[in-house]
Amino acid sequence: MTTVEDAHALVHAPTRRVRILERPRATTGVWSWATTIDHKKIAIMYGTLALVFFLAGGVEALLIRLQLARPDGTVLTAARYNELFTMHGTTMVFLVGMPIAAAFGNYLIPLMIGARDVAFPRLNMLGFWIFALGGTFLYSSFLLGGAPNGGWFGYAPLTSTPLSAGYLPGRGPDYWSVGLIMLGIGSVATAVNFLVTTINLRAPGMTMMRLPVFVWMMLVVAFLTLFAMPPVTAALIMVFMDRNFHTNFFNAAAGGDPLMYQHLFWIFGHPEVYILILPGMGIVSEILPVFSRKPLFGYAIVVFSGIAIGFLGWGVWAHHMFVSGLGPVATSAFGLSTMLIAIPTGVKIFNWLGTVWGGAVRLTTAMLCALGFIAQFTIGGLSGVMHSIVPSDTQQTDTYFVVAHFHYVLFGGLIFAIFGGFFYWWPKVFGYSLNEAMGKACFWLLVIGFNLTFFPMHFLGFEGQPRRTYTYPAGMGWDFLNMLATIGAFVIAAAVTVFLVDVVFSYVRREPAPADPWDARTLEWSTSSPPPEYNFAEIPVVSHRDELWHRKYTEDDEGRLVRLPSGAAVDVEEQAHAPAEPHGIHMPSPSYWPLVLALGFPIMGYGFVFKNWWVLAAGIVVGFFGLSGWGIEPPTEPDETAHEEAHS
Amino acid sequence: MLDRTHRLRRAALVAAAGLAVVVLASCGERTGPDNEQNALRPAGPDARKILDLTQPFFWIAVVIGAFVLFGTIYVAVRFRARPGDDEAPKQVHGNTILEVGWTIVPALILAVMAVPTVATIFDLAKDPTDPNTLRVTVTARQWWWQFHYDDASNIETANELHIPAGTPVVLTLQGPPPCSGENCYDNGVIHSFWVPELGGKKDVVPGRSHFLRLEADEPGTYLGQCAEYCGLAHADMRVRVVAHTPAEFRAWQQRQQEPLRPAVAAKFDEYNQQYGCLACHSAEPTKPGAAGPNLTHLGDRIGLAADKYRLTFDNLWKWVWDAPGRKPTGEFGQRMPSFKDRMTQDQAKEIACFLLTETATQPTTHPECPS
Repeated sequence: MTTVEDAHALVHAPTRRVRILERPRATTGVWSWATTIDHKKIAIMYGTLALVFFLAGGVEALLIRLQLARPDGTVLTAARYNELFTMHGTTMVFLVGMPIAAAFGNYLIPLMIGARDVAFPRLNMLGFWIFALGGTFLYSSFLLGGAPNGGWFGYAPLTSTPLSAGYLPGRGPDYWSVGLIMLGIGSVATAVNFLVTTINLRAPGMTMMRLPVFVWMMLVVAFLTLFAMPPVTAALIMVFMDRNFHTNFFNAAAGGDPLMYQHLFWIFGHPEVYILILPGMGIVSEILPVFSRKPLFGYAIVVFSGIAIGFLGWGVWAHHMFVSGLGPVATSAFGLSTMLIAIPTGVKIFNWLGTVWGGAVRLTTAMLCALGFIAQFTIGGLSGVMHSIVPSDTQQTDTYFVVAHFHYVLFGGLIFAIFGGFFYWWPKVFGYSLNEAMGKACFWLLVIGFNLTFFPMHFLGFEGQPRRTYTYPAGMGWDFLNMLATIGAFVIAAAVTVFLVDVVFSYVRREPAPADPWDARTLEWSTSSPPPEYNFAEIPVVSHRDELWHRKYTEDDEGRLVRLPSGAAVDVEEQAHAPAEPHGIHMPSPSYWPLVLALGFPIMGYGFVFKNWWVLAAGIVVGFFGLSGWGIEPPTEPDETAHEEAHS
Repeated sequence: MLDRTHRLRRAALVAAAGLAVVVLASCGERTGPDNEQNALRPAGPDARKILDLTQPFFWIAVVIGAFVLFGTIYVAVRFRARPGDDEAPKQVHGNTILEVGWTIVPALILAVMAVPTVATIFDLAKDPTDPNTLRVTVTARQWWWQFHYDDASNIETANELHIPAGTPVVLTLQGPPPCSGENCYDNGVIHSFWVPELGGKKDVVPGRSHFLRLEADEPGTYLGQCAEYCGLAHADMRVRVVAHTPAEFRAWQQRQQEPLRPAVAAKFDEYNQQYGCLACHSAEPTKPGAAGPNLTHLGDRIGLAADKYRLTFDNLWKWVWDAPGRKPTGEFGQRMPSFKDRMTQDQAKEIACFLLTETATQPTTHPECPS
């Protein structure tokens, strides 16, 4: 083969170009991962790295809880504490919540809609590498000049006042604003990709109202991301300019407006909350029907509620600003819009319960996590509604009550959904299941630890303890509940440890999983575990919502489930392992260029942070080099297909 | 099999009862620690209005939360598949009546919530009609509170707000005066004034002037602290409100208006010449300090360093000697410097004695100090 190619090259000498970073050839090892454009491999990288950042954010949380275990804590200095709570929030939102959704979305969207990859595989790769390098850039601040210390929300003028005033020492706020702009670019790239993929690459017959709910929720998330990132990017640029170039966007003394920052931040920040939670809702909506052996109760209204949340999410941002002095008319309006958004959220919860009602429930770890999501997310939702009662909010906001509230939504909700998603899709992704006994231990530890940590915080908030404080005095009556919360945090750490042990243990055992281990409903389970690079030997033709289910079962006149007779039913295993057509599938080829382009971003970032224009110029050159190479290189290697066609 | 169901049900019941006890025990009227900073123990009409509005909705939330929590446990236990149970569940795809129902019922509950909510928002934004209303301008500094009484007394003080009980108080919240000059950016950051037992919180935003109402029913002490993250010493930016009977309040105001006795003022000047205290602070009752709290009648106060410490001899001399070692204030900007290298501990103790015993309006003695 090689000799033939060589001979071919000699004959057609003019087509042989001298190329830098020629098409990567590695199919195993580090370089095969670094240059992959396969949505499944990218998803695994997203998930792994997000998990690493989850552990980093978790360690930060443990240090915070150690400091607050007792009054007048001396574990951390005030400066270090401020860095840790800022990085905990920034990490969990931008380096865990969003990338983990990108992991699930990347893996599942193409498989669920019957596609071979995402619409723009190289853009996908770029999104991942910006996240990886941007996250590393943010964390490098601990060693190079000081970590961000202005809070994950980074309110101006605290973050925007020039260093000379000494409000926030170190380079932290610069790392924060530049790093978040960078991560935003990656998020928008991924959002565009998910949008186009979902709208354009659906298999024949996969109409919008047949889409799995997870895909619907990711579609809403992609829209939200696309429109939420620009305002915050503008705000971050202004913060950076104010701090470093003495512009006065947020300097009231020079006619700037500090509240403008809050509007720009929260018109991103509130949709961001839904960007984080909707994927969790999507995961839960996939798990509950499978383990209840019933279809989702009220598919249409669940989907519609998700869309409604997406739209209403744009009209509630000022509920983060009820005490910022907006005046009674504005606070009333945003109080009412916040109440309104509770309605579609409540609808979803009741529909999930309706799904389980009357089912044949299998309490697997995934199902337990989904049920945990419903109960705990509801508590977070209800405390959220309490914030819409504006006068109540003037007592609750910026206290531990709010900390309790959003951890019930994002930990009790999202993180539980993610753990459920891990246990549910692990066999599909890796070809072997996670150990269920350890999974259940992990779940129960997580439930106990989570509630022990965050339930007491509701009371701490009412009893007057504000957030973001590195210490509190003795004699305030907060000691006991704070100690409980710290103990709870370590129980959470134990739960996460059990999960990691489970991952290692299951990897060592690696008992092969069938294509459809859970008797599931959606298309990803119709291909082998793990799926081949091209996902489906043949693109499926879809005739039902829950397509796979309808290939296995039908309903009798009374709506009871009937397994199709063996002649009519599709043998999932056989179909999953059907050989691919020999020449029909052209998968895009791996590339170095998106990685090169992504590499330019942190270099530019250091240039901005240290105001070193040579480094900045170097970053621009690297990025432009990557962009040019990307532009010249064809998405699919033409030679290979040309050969195949020539020989066929 | 039955045995297991039984046990599960009993466990669920015990859990339900336990949760109910915890919730009931912790949410009744005037509950939680008596820490003078507890929103569940309102001590004035504004704070009470807020809690009265919160409570019914809190209970509605508890009921709905319990319903969903036990609903989740119930469906999981009741409908779990038993081994050998082959009967396939009925495939229900939805139920329009139910779905419309659980859309409308929450909407109605929320509509009911909305009415008193909006009414209370406007109510709390009203300027009190009481002609005796006390008006105070609060300036949030990095990291302490400056108070100016906007009445005839014109008093300047810091970190301790004295008010008459039973009288509405209107606070005008504002940032520090902007500095001037080419490279001057020290124009303050956002803080939030919050004394939970007397009312809700309100942000203090540079360049804006915000309105906040407070009122205490009874004389007493009410604590609070900055609630908007404002940098390094955010946790140490505390505030103390002291409510007096109206007569006592008038007496307090009168005492605070008095300038320092000539001998005391002269001694203050002496220290000033040595250490430059008055570059930032002030020793006149109605004059604000340029960057630090007014110290005129410091000896009368209860707290020190924005109420992080009690005003005791020990705390005070250590503060005078090395403030940055006692409260994280950073290295930049206008901060109380350390005098560790410029005075001995004995000198610091001497100054502490002076401030503690001689600046007080009713001179006191202290065992550590020469009388």
